[in-house]
Amino acid sequence: MSVAEPVVPAPADTASRSSSVGDERGAGWFVRITVLVIVILWLIPAMGVLITSFRPEAVVNTTGWWTVFANPFKAGQWTLENYSLALDAGGLGNAFLNSLAVALPATVIPIAIAAFAAYAFSWMDFRGRYVMFVGVVALLVVPLQMALIPILRLYNNGAIIGGRYVFPDLDLVGTFLGVWLAHTAFGLPLAVYLLRNYIGSLPSSIIESAKIDGADHFTIFWRLIIPLSVPALAAFAIFQFLWVWNDLLVAYVFLGGTQDNRVLTIALSNLVGSRGENWHLLTAAAFISMSLPLIVFFTLQKYFVRGLTAGAVKG
Amino acid sequence: MRTSNDEPSGGAGVIAEPPPPSGAQSVLASLLRLIGALAIPVIGFIVLWAAFDFLRDAEANRFLVVGVAIVVGVGGVFFLYWGMNRLVEFLPVGYREGVRPYIFVGPALVILTVFLIYPVINTILVSFKDSQGEAFIGFDNFKFVFTDPSMLRAIRNTFGWIVIVPLLGVSIGLAFATLADRLRRGEAVAKSTIFLPMAISFAGASITWKLIYDFRPAGFGSNIGLLNGIMLGLGQDPVSWLDIKPWNNLFLMVIMVWMQTGFAMVVLSAAIKSIPDEILEAARIDGASELQVFRRIIVPSILPTIAVVSTYMVINAMKVFDIVFVMGSPETRGTEVIAERMIDWFFINNHDGRGAAIAVVLFIAIIPVMIVNIRRFREEEAIR
Repeated sequence: MSVAEPVVPAPADTASRSSSVGDERGAGWFVRITVLVIVILWLIPAMGVLITSFRPEAVVNTTGWWTVFANPFKAGQWTLENYSLALDAGGLGNAFLNSLAVALPATVIPIAIAAFAAYAFSWMDFRGRYVMFVGVVALLVVPLQMALIPILRLYNNGAIIGGRYVFPDLDLVGTFLGVWLAHTAFGLPLAVYLLRNYIGSLPSSIIESAKIDGADHFTIFWRLIIPLSVPALAAFAIFQFLWVWNDLLVAYVFLGGTQDNRVLTIALSNLVGSRGENWHLLTAAAFISMSLPLIVFFTLQKYFVRGLTAGAVKG
Repeated sequence: MRTSNDEPSGGAGVIAEPPPPSGAQSVLASLLRLIGALAIPVIGFIVLWAAFDFLRDAEANRFLVVGVAIVVGVGGVFFLYWGMNRLVEFLPVGYREGVRPYIFVGPALVILTVFLIYPVINTILVSFKDSQGEAFIGFDNFKFVFTDPSMLRAIRNTFGWIVIVPLLGVSIGLAFATLADRLRRGEAVAKSTIFLPMAISFAGASITWKLIYDFRPAGFGSNIGLLNGIMLGLGQDPVSWLDIKPWNNLFLMVIMVWMQTGFAMVVLSAAIKSIPDEILEAARIDGASELQVFRRIIVPSILPTIAVVSTYMVINAMKVFDIVFVMGSPETRGTEVIAERMIDWFFINNHDGRGAAIAVVLFIAIIPVMIVNIRRFREEEAIR
């Protein structure tokens, strides 16, 4: 283990992280092997799905997926048919578009709303700030399944108290706006909680000095807080996007399962319903639905690079 | 847009009082400015409304509808705040800073009130009612929650979930974030691998793990589950993993750990990366070992983040439903959890009162977690 090894003074170049820490001492054998073991453990289940999705149906149900390693190049071992079958099953393209139309705004809206609120909870003085924040975080515990039916009633009928509409009948069922708002509400408590934690831990000196320079809160938020919070915003964006993209329940209840409106998860579950428990199809469909989330993660990953956060705050 | 209509109209009432005039010209000028400032947000809101009407049009080209939806949804929220802030600029200077915080938090509070608080109140009321949610029956539903053997098992299992899942998830996530951070190459690849399960829906995850735990008794086809493949390879008999009480609970928890460690890892990794390099380098130059750097510097620096991640995972474990439900037969296997019981009573047994009572118990269970966090929030405030 690296503990016993001599400590080498770091090179003077601290601007580049990899040169200061990632030297041979930093990533010793202990580190590499531990990382490798965890990675392999984590990969095994996903690998089973990936391999199964490329195997012909007859083989899937008679031999375990790991048997392909015995002779990986045997003829008839692999097929692309599962994917074309899953795609041909119909409407996946349209469903993909719908998923985009739901997921992009349903990611951006809660982040924007939560960032404003988190800034106010961290750096603005107003009555009830403490109670409001605790109240928002307490809502983390509301299981969304419980909220679905009351919200559906609101969308359909509005809410009437004493003969007057306290919530107008907006006829939001089957509209994108209805789904966005529901996803926003379900994502907000976590977003506010995480972002307040991050924004609240930014050094107060930079905000004070911006105030002294005459900046108002809106300017400070827009010009200072948002750029500084990019790592936290990106991290939350990934999770919210994945959650919305993989959600079935909310989209089904508020957008519906019609051919026009249905999102990818609903299309997939219909496929499951109509095709039974056919693992060769299900595994292929699962990987089609995973494609975009994986692209999103790889694209946003650069925001997690160290220099960005540390450098920005220090600079 | 409910939120958009509330705030500006509230603000507009105050704006109507003109700023102190110092002459006819300045009155005219400020009047023009007022009209301009009001017109832009108002036109904006009209455009938004028209766009929403267009989105209801099912006949329109799907690409166009989706494109407009994305632009309107993403642009609309920023426009909302910008417009409201413009309106605030019109208030007398003394009022501006008093009103602005409510513009920042207002939309969040309105949405949460309608979509979460109202349903919660509704649920509390229903928890005292009968199966149809009509007549009040007192505390009978709560009596059921704490006496029914299946419910008691669910409570016991949920305790297991909220301890084991966050413990495993946060420790593996923290260890992995720290170690991967020090790799010269392959950090991104390694982290992506741990994160990968986050991209899978619960349905996908259950398919994945059925391929691991699958069991077929002798005479019912070959065992294609990985664990039983290993058992056969070792010369053992295949095991029906998900039927071994109480360990089957642990096997289900492993699925959630597999899915959520990526979350803990990414958030903790972002926190570790925000620790200034100078501090770490200084400690190393002073002769601190890597283990000491980890225990004395890294962990204390990211303690708030660890608390946040743990809280989130505890709450998630408390609400766990899909995994147990999708993996099947919780009642015969003794793997019930509270949220799964709630769905069961709400949607399958159609007993609204009992379902609501279980939901209320779930809220009450979260109070200790929240108290810990409120304390931490206070301490943070005190430091500042």
